[in-house]
Amino acid sequence: MTATMTPYRPPQQAGRDGFAQLLRAEWTKLRTLRGWVIALVIAAVLIGVVGALLPRGSGCPGGGTACLSHIPTGPGGEAVNDGYYLAGQPLAGDGSITVRVTSLTGMISNQGGYFGPNGPNETARRGLVPWAKAGIIITASTRPGAAYAAMMVTGSHGVRMQYDYTSDIAGLPGPVSAASPRWLRLTRSGDVVTGYDSADGRRWTKLGAASLAGLTGTVRAGPFATSPLDFTPNFPTYGEPGGGLSASAATGTFDHVDLRGGAPAGRWAGQSVGSGSSVGSSGLPRTGFHQAGGRLIVTGSGDIGPIVAAGVNSLYDTGTLEDHLFGVFIGLLIMIVIAAMFITVEYRRGLIATSLAASPRRGRLLAAKAVVIGLVTLVLGSAGVAVAVIAGAHIARSSGVYLLATGWLADTRIILGTGAMLAVASVLALAIGTMLRRSVATVATVVVAIVLPYILGVTGTLPAAVSEWILRVTPAAGYAIVQTVPQYPQVVGHYGPPDYYPLGPWSGLAVLCGYAVLALSLAAWLLRRRDAGGTA
Amino acid sequence: MNQTITRGRDETMTTARHELPRPAGTARAERTWTGLSDALRAEWTKLRTVPGTAWILALACVLTVGVGAATAAATRCGAGPGCAIDPTKVSLTGIQAGQAVVAVLAVLVISGEYGTRMIAVTFIAMPRRWMVLAAKAALLTSLVLVAAVVAVAGSLAAGRLLMDGNGITAAHGYAAVSLAYGPTVRAAVGSVLYLALAGLLSLGIATIVRDPAAATGAVLGILYVPPLAALFLGSDRAWQHWVERYTPTNAGLAILNTTGLHDLVVSPWVGLGVLAAWAAAALLAAGVLLRVRDA
Repeated sequence: MTATMTPYRPPQQAGRDGFAQLLRAEWTKLRTLRGWVIALVIAAVLIGVVGALLPRGSGCPGGGTACLSHIPTGPGGEAVNDGYYLAGQPLAGDGSITVRVTSLTGMISNQGGYFGPNGPNETARRGLVPWAKAGIIITASTRPGAAYAAMMVTGSHGVRMQYDYTSDIAGLPGPVSAASPRWLRLTRSGDVVTGYDSADGRRWTKLGAASLAGLTGTVRAGPFATSPLDFTPNFPTYGEPGGGLSASAATGTFDHVDLRGGAPAGRWAGQSVGSGSSVGSSGLPRTGFHQAGGRLIVTGSGDIGPIVAAGVNSLYDTGTLEDHLFGVFIGLLIMIVIAAMFITVEYRRGLIATSLAASPRRGRLLAAKAVVIGLVTLVLGSAGVAVAVIAGAHIARSSGVYLLATGWLADTRIILGTGAMLAVASVLALAIGTMLRRSVATVATVVVAIVLPYILGVTGTLPAAVSEWILRVTPAAGYAIVQTVPQYPQVVGHYGPPDYYPLGPWSGLAVLCGYAVLALSLAAWLLRRRDAGGTA
Repeated sequence: MNQTITRGRDETMTTARHELPRPAGTARAERTWTGLSDALRAEWTKLRTVPGTAWILALACVLTVGVGAATAAATRCGAGPGCAIDPTKVSLTGIQAGQAVVAVLAVLVISGEYGTRMIAVTFIAMPRRWMVLAAKAALLTSLVLVAAVVAVAGSLAAGRLLMDGNGITAAHGYAAVSLAYGPTVRAAVGSVLYLALAGLLSLGIATIVRDPAAATGAVLGILYVPPLAALFLGSDRAWQHWVERYTPTNAGLAILNTTGLHDLVVSPWVGLGVLAAWAAAALLAAGVLLRVRDA
């Protein structure tokens, strides 16, 4: 690296022309207009108050059934469903369990508003939900939420190894039948459980090894079966939160059951773990197990996996922090208006000529305005969101709602992230205002660019694919920042707004930032190129 | 009111009773410019000579047809049963975008005058302020109706053409998009009226708010924010129904439905009536405020 000489610059010039002065000038312009300050404060208050107070309906499935309380949490602290039927034996030390699965069948209740081919009189129909599960499990205990690892065949996702609720590894594909059975094996060595699958019982493939905290001492091992709620979404418009939820049950048939390391001549003991999805449903087979001719047949209902938002797979009344962000749309509109006026008023009043005379480097004027409006909306927006989610969470909890994915990390991200989304949207409005120089056109353009795609994407009649595309490529992608609860491919759910978006939180915000940067560059170019006069 | 107006020359004229005979050449200059037809003419001149008006109306048509056509082109239905597509409604999706442009026109019609202080001149020329508002409302409605007829006709034609290509046709069991089909006619006429009423609601709100930027924000907020409330209300049916029944966009857009009417919270015409009530209330409030407030 070569040394370069910095030319001498007189300090006064730096003082007069400095960016700090420009920032102060713009800050003064903003804070001395009382109407603007009041409007921005009202925006923050509305974000907080409307967000916290808007009544959010309960997340219980089926709309009317009573929610269960005492939600279990998994080893990672996340809320989980843990309901299945286990035919188990104690396993005191190291050992292994091997089974052959020859069939997986299921029944789905018709009590979700959806009827089978034989009409409403039939209370249940044959059918397997995609994530119906039958296989073998090694679990620390039968207390819901306990650490576990399991190998299973599923309704339509082939063989899987799953452990500790959130982890899922794919194995042999295709359905199971007597003609093409599946061999499953779990071995325990200390607190490490390794899963294998095989099509013939001779050549085994290792799927994964899970190190499970809490898997000490005597654990339970054995065949299990379970079947989550059947979710039939409404016609695939993205935003329709509705859909049919029906209980289901699955039956797995096992032979060649071989437990090594267990008590000598141990007997399989049946046990219903947690709460099944078939609570109160008629027409479904009873959960349980029986042995016949060297075969073990286990029927279960429920799910082993994380609870996702929107109450699709949960028997509990759950909510999320982002449920409390409706006020953000009102605040966003007000902030867009003020940010647009921050530049268009200068054009209307002719102040722009003075501003540019004081700061001949025009790009820097725009930069200063962007920094000021961005910081102000970031601070006020974050403050509003903080009130919304903290007060909203308090109100929700006091009415018995379990909030998913909270904690200081989720709180911080949703507060600062949503504030950042509001700030970037305001900067976009400023940039478009610089381009258009008219407030009405600016406000309308920005609202049509940010709010309308969201409405079309989530409440319109658009097909799901189009809605997802809209929420990926338009500035409305920025709303993705509010997501706090992860999506799980192994859990069927309504992965749509306001809880889920097609893009991740940060990539969604990045799309909005991209638009803002593009608009700012174009605005700076136009500002330099055009005459400084009023509206053209 | 027995109003006496002093003219530049030595002549006093009382408007109510006796019109003094005047020389023919000066009659026009001495007319009192307060009739509704004069107000209409003045407003029409203002609107016509602003270069933006024609562009805005054209944009409303293009945006409505464009969004509707894009939606129709993207609408497909897989092999599965129960694809509850309402082809007419899909074709008219663009109304939701077009209404923003109509709202902008409505804001410009009144707030533009506040922005430039033209309003003071207007009210000096036309002291009966409600008549100015009535003239603006009448003109706006006529212009929007013309644009809306074009936009709706274009949307339905494009929607039918594109969805035919996607196999969403009457032959496959879907509702027709046809002017021979009663519900489509209702949706078509209704959405033209919807745009006109959205314009009037916007005019009323803009007259109340006055500042152009704030008025645009307020108008678009009233049109676009309530539909989102339903999303956040989750499964709370009571509140959702309240929003769908009583907010202007949700209730008004019920007119777009041609199928599944029994599932609607508010019937099509009643929904449009709710929007009309909003527009009437906004215009009424605007008229009252115009009277009592300083110009």
